[in-house]
Amino acid sequence: MSSLLSSNFSRSYRKLYYQVLNFGMIVSSALMIWKGLMVITGSESPIVVVLSGSMEPAFHRGDLLFLTNRVEDPIRVGEIVVFRIEGREIPIVHRVLKIHEKQNGHIKFLTKGDNNAVDDRGLYKQGQHWLEKKDVVGRARGFVPYIGIVTILMNDYPKFKYAVLFLLGLFVLVHRE
Amino acid sequence: MREPHDSAARPPRTPNRRGVRAARPPNPHSPGSACSCRRRRCLPTGPEGKNVEDFTGPRERSDLGFITFDITADLENIFDWNVKQLFLYLSAEYSTKNNALNQVVLWDKIVLRGDNPKLLLKDMKTKYFFFDDGNGLKGNRNVTLTLSWNVVPNAGILPLVTGSGHVSVPFPDTYEITKSY
Repeated sequence: MSSLLSSNFSRSYRKLYYQVLNFGMIVSSALMIWKGLMVITGSESPIVVVLSGSMEPAFHRGDLLFLTNRVEDPIRVGEIVVFRIEGREIPIVHRVLKIHEKQNGHIKFLTKGDNNAVDDRGLYKQGQHWLEKKDVVGRARGFVPYIGIVTILMNDYPKFKYAVLFLLGLFVLVHRE
Repeated sequence: MREPHDSAARPPRTPNRRGVRAARPPNPHSPGSACSCRRRRCLPTGPEGKNVEDFTGPRERSDLGFITFDITADLENIFDWNVKQLFLYLSAEYSTKNNALNQVVLWDKIVLRGDNPKLLLKDMKTKYFFFDDGNGLKGNRNVTLTLSWNVVPNAGILPLVTGSGHVSVPFPDTYEITKSY
């Protein structure tokens, strides 16, 4: 009787251990895919969500953008760049308006949002008139509408984020192979 | 600091104005010729240069160019089921002593799916100030104007396409003192 109980107990313990390992594998696969994307695209953030309406009617809040940041692609006017201003953590998605490139390859450029009346000089740091390659997170190469709304909702309503994470965790643990 | 010009109609030009006006550059597409199925033409007139303090950015004296242009374009072939809008822009590309490559967007327009795809724009002024980074516009014979567009799909890749046919606008060797636009 006691041996029957102990084998039952070790079986369910083993099953739980197996589920936890499964969960760990899914998380690390997702991380590997993300890191792989970072390497292929050359960008530290290969997928971004549009947060403002400054590029309407092309992009609206919640659209997803796919970025690349390859060194072999020089920055040219008309391109849509995602850049970060020194001291601010939220990146901005705007279009390149002017570039001046020196012989040695050093580029300084100016950006403007399609939906803005003026260029971005007012947004840059005090005394900064141009952006440089180091400020660029990536160039937008592809886009999918609406999908990023989930990320915005999770940011604005933390309870929603916890609910989603909890449900995901529950699903993975309960799911039978 | 020069005050921004008002957008009145261009004043008629008197023959004995100070400063040199560049001759009208040759038209790459003659009016009656059969070009490829996408016809677009950009005709600029008399570019002139001034040297003023760049009031839009760094406070140094830089060259400011004035170009007036016409654009004729038929965009119908570019729109298909997956094109949401086109971002059309006219850019000037040139090189100077200071910088090996300069590109400046002079004018842009958003054409949505459903808008009239045939554009017939005449006597357009540049939407953005054509400031150089330095004094590289004076006497610059190799300023090339190109019409390009960014296709924004409903979903998918965002290609940047450059139109065939560039127009060269040589800038005069002296600065224009009087009003230009």
